[in-house]
Amino acid sequence: MATIALPEDEQILITREFDAPRHLVYRAWTTPDLVKRWWSGNRGEMTVAEIDLQVGGAWRYVMVTDDGSEVAFHGEYREIIPNERIVSTEVYEGMPEGEALDTVKFTERDGRTTLSILVQHASKEARDAHIASGMEGGMQEGMDLLEQVAVSLR
Amino acid sequence: MARAATTTDVFNAVAEPRRREILDLLAGRELSVNELVRPLGISQPLVSKHLRVLREVGAVEVREDGRQRLYRLNGPALKPIYDWVKRYERSWSERFGRLDSVLDELKEKEGGGRDE
Repeated sequence: MATIALPEDEQILITREFDAPRHLVYRAWTTPDLVKRWWSGNRGEMTVAEIDLQVGGAWRYVMVTDDGSEVAFHGEYREIIPNERIVSTEVYEGMPEGEALDTVKFTERDGRTTLSILVQHASKEARDAHIASGMEGGMQEGMDLLEQVAVSLR
Repeated sequence: MARAATTTDVFNAVAEPRRREILDLLAGRELSVNELVRPLGISQPLVSKHLRVLREVGAVEVREDGRQRLYRLNGPALKPIYDWVKRYERSWSERFGRLDSVLDELKEKEGGGRDE
């Protein structure tokens, strides 16, 4: 079961359980060649996955969508506890002024791993823009209903 | 970016906390303006003003019942908001689906060993 929740106005919390021990989830999360295989989902091809996995090191992901447009993100690692926790900044290059802080946690139980990603934005507007950034119809402003929304993924 | 007028855009209509409270109160039951005044703790004219905005975007419907007007929620008008989150959710869902396949492969490479 995975959920997307909006615990605070500036936050997005994504949670998902995987049928694998956490060192493998961590590996899939931090190895460029593996990241390239899943990160773009069904939305396009990943052309760049750079990961300098150390505090102060940089990461950058670039994806080319099916209509040919480039979507790029980058950031810097702030805290790394192998197989447990990664804290990094995240900037969507289409909106460089909005920097988020991502905290990714890997928790293992009975050989299964719960992955949680807490995305902390500076403002609710930046948070909403982040959610909208994947949308075809462009951005919606003034959005605030979502603070209570928790949608079950599957 | 041009901001859509509050009166035509359901996203902006629900951006106001009081109006979201009204939608919560109207979920599952019809209420008159006066029945909304008490739980909201704001004046009747202000409640009426919020109801007007919600009606204009279709989020709330009204019907006459004798001498009073009863308001109720119109869920389908809120669908754009639901769709908005849904799309974000879908991209993560697809992403995780692929991650599942990668993990299956990694597990196999480790010789099926679940324990470290």
